[in-house]
Amino acid sequence: MLKRISAVLFLVFILAYGPQQVICFAKSISSTELINNAKAYDGKTVTYEGEAIGDIMRRGEYAWINVNDGINAIGIWINVSLLKDINYTGSYKSSGDKIEVKGIFHRACLEHGGDLDIHAESVRKIESGRMIDRKTDPAKRNLSLILGGVLVLIWILSLFKRK
Amino acid sequence: MILRPRLEEVKIIGYYLGKIILGLAFTMLIPVIIGLAFKELNPTFDFLIGFEAALLFGFFLTRVCHTEKDLNWMQGMIVVSLSWLAAMALGAIPLFLSGHWKSSLDACFEMMSGLSTTGLVLVQDLDHLSFAHNLWRHLGPFIGGQGIAIVALSFFVKGTSGAFKMYVGEAREEKLLPNVIHTARFIWLISIVYLVLGTLALGITGILNGIKPANAFFHGACIFMAGFDTAGFAPQSQNILYYHSPAFEMVTMFFMVFGSLNFNLHYQLWNGNRREIFKNIETRTLFISIMLTFFIVTVGLNQLNVYPKAILLFRKGFFHLLSGHTTTGYMTIYATQFINEWGSLALVTLICAMALGSCACSTSGGIKMLRVGIMFKALKEDIKRIILPGKAVVVEKFHHIKDVFVEDRSVRAAFLITVSYLVLYIAGALIGMFFGYPFLSSLFESTSAAGNVGFSCGITDTAMPTALKITYIIQMWAGRLEFMSIFALIGFVMASIRGKK
Repeated sequence: MLKRISAVLFLVFILAYGPQQVICFAKSISSTELINNAKAYDGKTVTYEGEAIGDIMRRGEYAWINVNDGINAIGIWINVSLLKDINYTGSYKSSGDKIEVKGIFHRACLEHGGDLDIHAESVRKIESGRMIDRKTDPAKRNLSLILGGVLVLIWILSLFKRK
Repeated sequence: MILRPRLEEVKIIGYYLGKIILGLAFTMLIPVIIGLAFKELNPTFDFLIGFEAALLFGFFLTRVCHTEKDLNWMQGMIVVSLSWLAAMALGAIPLFLSGHWKSSLDACFEMMSGLSTTGLVLVQDLDHLSFAHNLWRHLGPFIGGQGIAIVALSFFVKGTSGAFKMYVGEAREEKLLPNVIHTARFIWLISIVYLVLGTLALGITGILNGIKPANAFFHGACIFMAGFDTAGFAPQSQNILYYHSPAFEMVTMFFMVFGSLNFNLHYQLWNGNRREIFKNIETRTLFISIMLTFFIVTVGLNQLNVYPKAILLFRKGFFHLLSGHTTTGYMTIYATQFINEWGSLALVTLICAMALGSCACSTSGGIKMLRVGIMFKALKEDIKRIILPGKAVVVEKFHHIKDVFVEDRSVRAAFLITVSYLVLYIAGALIGMFFGYPFLSSLFESTSAAGNVGFSCGITDTAMPTALKITYIIQMWAGRLEFMSIFALIGFVMASIRGKK
């Protein structure tokens, strides 16, 4: 009987708190939340996701990547072996891979001169980046041609006026 | 009795304004070239439109207002203040066309922030901005830092009398060479030589830190232009934090200090007079002020244990203090960390450092060290007068290129400008508080805008009230031109409205 009660209580506990705990752990935290509550998250394992942007800056066995969640970008200190899935980083010509980083958050990292950063333990690609095909905007092209034409006309008229 | 300005006066102002706009138009060809080099077609069209619009406006003004007459003092000042507004509006055209700024006002804000070497940003999604637009953002401080009128002085203006008035109008009273146009050209010469050296230094540092060579040199050029010109813009949204590199921070610190020095001092160094840097009142005052404010910032940060190791204190505390004092505004922390973590003592000291600024006749903003030094000498003289016997002759001197006696006239001028800056800082803070922002945040942001610093504690955002955006634009403009040109423009407008024929 005691075993059954214990089992039921355990089940109730798991059902009541288990999923929440799992969701809390897996749910990514926004950059704003991390920056504004940096002291609370300092030294804790967090999950953060966003687009890898700019350069992948290799420093020996590790590298720096910067991940932007749409509001801010946060620096991720990452082992080079975890970088193999990252193919695109965000720039004018490409959208970067969207990744989920799980790692230890630092408000003022002692190892990296006080930077607010995350030391990655695992990285998962959520969405692949791609090259952006930017088509020429006909309105901009036409406007620049019209203004250019007006300028040439004024220049020719001024030449006649001088003569 | 105030007289309404005559049409001839308006024409003189319009003609010289047109000349300056023509000079500015040609600077837009640089991002056109970059756009073509990096195969960025739409950004190239943005700058072609901007270039053509500026050229048309410049042509229109020089044709309609054509005159052979030279500028007087009032007109020179008005031309300068109007040329900064025109440069803001015309320079914002390609920015707005890019779609990275939410409104034309935001684009104007960013342009004024760049030209005035402030560095407050309203750009959206900076990490996906084109090379051409990013270069233009950084060219703004390079043009504005050296002086918009100097662009025109160097290439378009022949008469030296009018040229000198415009040169003074841009808050530069010191001529390095007897001829003001030669002075303007010298300022450009040293700036371009330093640009090449700075780009090399930062580019190589970038490559050593793992950035691809093309990117490293592009970032190097941008960071140099915004660092040497004490603007604080960076090509990525994280500012200098993006690089995660102490070496990069060290090189940047060197250029921040170097850029904040008086151009006259650069001229002395250029000519081998290295002792001047140790004797000059400005460099001495700057050194003392940096050390004193850093000491207080350290105490403040230590009280709250914000950075528990000395190296962290140096890389965060000293870096930001130096960045604020030189009015550069480069950051390696996030905006809200100032308010959330730094504490009142460190923050107020940082605000004081920003308010004081760096050297006169440089690209930096704020009250300036020369004025602080002169006022301190005057105070010392007055204290001596009280202490010493009545018959004692009390004379105070300072060294600025040559030995100069402290005169009432120079003390009065220094005091007036200082009071004007203080009023501007407080007025901006009051307007910030009017919109519901806390006192310390409002004072921080206001001092940053009016002192042309560029630090933000989080107020500057595209969602802030329109009136506050306009307030900061006016503060950046007035702070950069050091008031006299603005007062002249206000006087001119008042005379046009209320003056007698």
